[in-house]
Amino acid sequence: MAVFVNGVIFEGVDTAAPDCWRLEAYMARGGYQALKKILDNKIPQEDVIAEVKNSGLRGRGGAGFPTGLKWSFMPRSFPGDKYVVCNTDEGEPGTFKDRDIIIYNPHALIEGMIIAGYAMGCKAGYNYIHGEIFEAYELFEEALDEARKAGLLGQNILGTDFSFDLFAHHGYGAYICGEETALLESLEGKKGQPRFKPPFPASFGLYGKPTTINNTESFASVPFIIRDGGQKFLEAGKPNNGGTKLFSISGHVNRPGNYEIPLGTPFATLLEMAGGMKDGKKLKAVIPGGSSAPVLPGEVMMELTMDYDSISKAGSMLGSGAVIVMNEDVCMVKALERLAYFYHEESCGQCTPCREGTGWLYKVIHRIANGEGRDGDLELLESVGNNMAGRTICALADAAVFPVRSFTKHFRNEFEHLIKHKKALVDHKWC
Amino acid sequence: MLSAQSLAKIDRELAKYPADQFRSAIMGALRIALVERHETGNTPEERCLNADVIEFVANYVGIPPVAAYEVATFYNMYDMKPVGKYKLTVCTNLPCALQGGVNAAHYIGEKLGIGIGETTADGKFTLLEGECMGACGDAPVLLVNNHKMCSFMTREAIDKKLAELE
Repeated sequence: MAVFVNGVIFEGVDTAAPDCWRLEAYMARGGYQALKKILDNKIPQEDVIAEVKNSGLRGRGGAGFPTGLKWSFMPRSFPGDKYVVCNTDEGEPGTFKDRDIIIYNPHALIEGMIIAGYAMGCKAGYNYIHGEIFEAYELFEEALDEARKAGLLGQNILGTDFSFDLFAHHGYGAYICGEETALLESLEGKKGQPRFKPPFPASFGLYGKPTTINNTESFASVPFIIRDGGQKFLEAGKPNNGGTKLFSISGHVNRPGNYEIPLGTPFATLLEMAGGMKDGKKLKAVIPGGSSAPVLPGEVMMELTMDYDSISKAGSMLGSGAVIVMNEDVCMVKALERLAYFYHEESCGQCTPCREGTGWLYKVIHRIANGEGRDGDLELLESVGNNMAGRTICALADAAVFPVRSFTKHFRNEFEHLIKHKKALVDHKWC
Repeated sequence: MLSAQSLAKIDRELAKYPADQFRSAIMGALRIALVERHETGNTPEERCLNADVIEFVANYVGIPPVAAYEVATFYNMYDMKPVGKYKLTVCTNLPCALQGGVNAAHYIGEKLGIGIGETTADGKFTLLEGECMGACGDAPVLLVNNHKMCSFMTREAIDKKLAELE
């Protein structure tokens, strides 16, 4: 997959070179210097956390929670085991950035996790990897072996009294495991069904021990922050939106792929980097942050910058940075039908409003899309959605409802037309 | 029921977790068992997991069979139904559909003469629709037997791939 580079994680990574992921190549790019800096200078744990706070790094998995603040929630004086866990269970439709981090620069993630382990006093960590990218899982295990052999993992790292080990765990086909407490259940060898919160993982996480879970991209940003300073990372983005960010662009663009650019870059610039609209078609709609983020009309998107605050002000969210681009030929009812099916398929079944509600959403949207919609179906969708959102243990129900609400809001005429005339306004073909 | 090689692989999974948390290894252990079934089975029935295999794996890991069964049935990549020598899973979620995923699935179905969810009469191919594989930029994306991802599966690429798998 093409990666177009201009940021902190892929800086200097020659993705065309088959060995770019290896330890030797990472070292040549300045890899593991951040870890050495910490260990050589015996930098106190709280200073490491403060540096991450200063960077303005916000969780890259979707929620955008400040990473440094999250780390500070871990009980410093807890006597037993504590864990650091990475969430590479990347299955949010439109998102494919973490796979590239693992394939092309796994040691940045490993180094970031070692530093996190040091800062929070953890002895072990796990990286939970999406089952469908099994080849990336195997490659990551090889990278772990390299690090272990080089004395960067295991007992007495680089001859110091700091010990930390890291292991890979794979999922096997369950979107819900991207939810952090479902991920923990899965890591414990159970069905991935989310836990009720509180207690939060920082007090009751993996095996009931204090645990911090971050996204792959968040961890992979940490070596830069420690090596070059949080301030430099912050300046690479914009205030309250520190750093560069990987955006995964898919859909109707000429060059789908990952683009690592400063937060705050105009969407129009990003679209241009991705080669612009395919076949010169008109931009119709964009889902700016993965399938769970509300869709926005193209003309709204063209005025926005790609950062947490700007997208949120427009009524959507930056989420995981997955930008799904749709052109004028897309029937929005059919597009929504695909997403509704996904949430129905992936609901873990634990909470009734989600298990039943996602089925109802799909059923109603499916019949509208097939010209069998009934009067009152849009109101029914709204009513079902209202009985789902905020009424379940985790946010999957909300994630299923957001697209329904936003599609039927911004593109209501297409739904109404199909219900009334039994024929789509847009003659749609899945290219 | 499983080869010594597979058992050694399961042992490596077990070593990743604290000694009293062996249950964590069940996901890896079931995957290892499935891969062996896939590789050694001669019929679709012999290539998937079944209650006997799951019970064996559960006993080896040291957890109740029902706990392993729960895992095998919750995660959709564990084949619980008979499956062809080559299981082809095409992502047809929205981002992939915009880039030809649905077409790719239909094209494979036409070529093999089967519908989605079906297996060819000779037991060679099973065609499935998958949900997000986290590789939307490579669409159309095809997974062969869960682990081998094939990117940019245009009609020509599909023709080539199917010929390779003959």
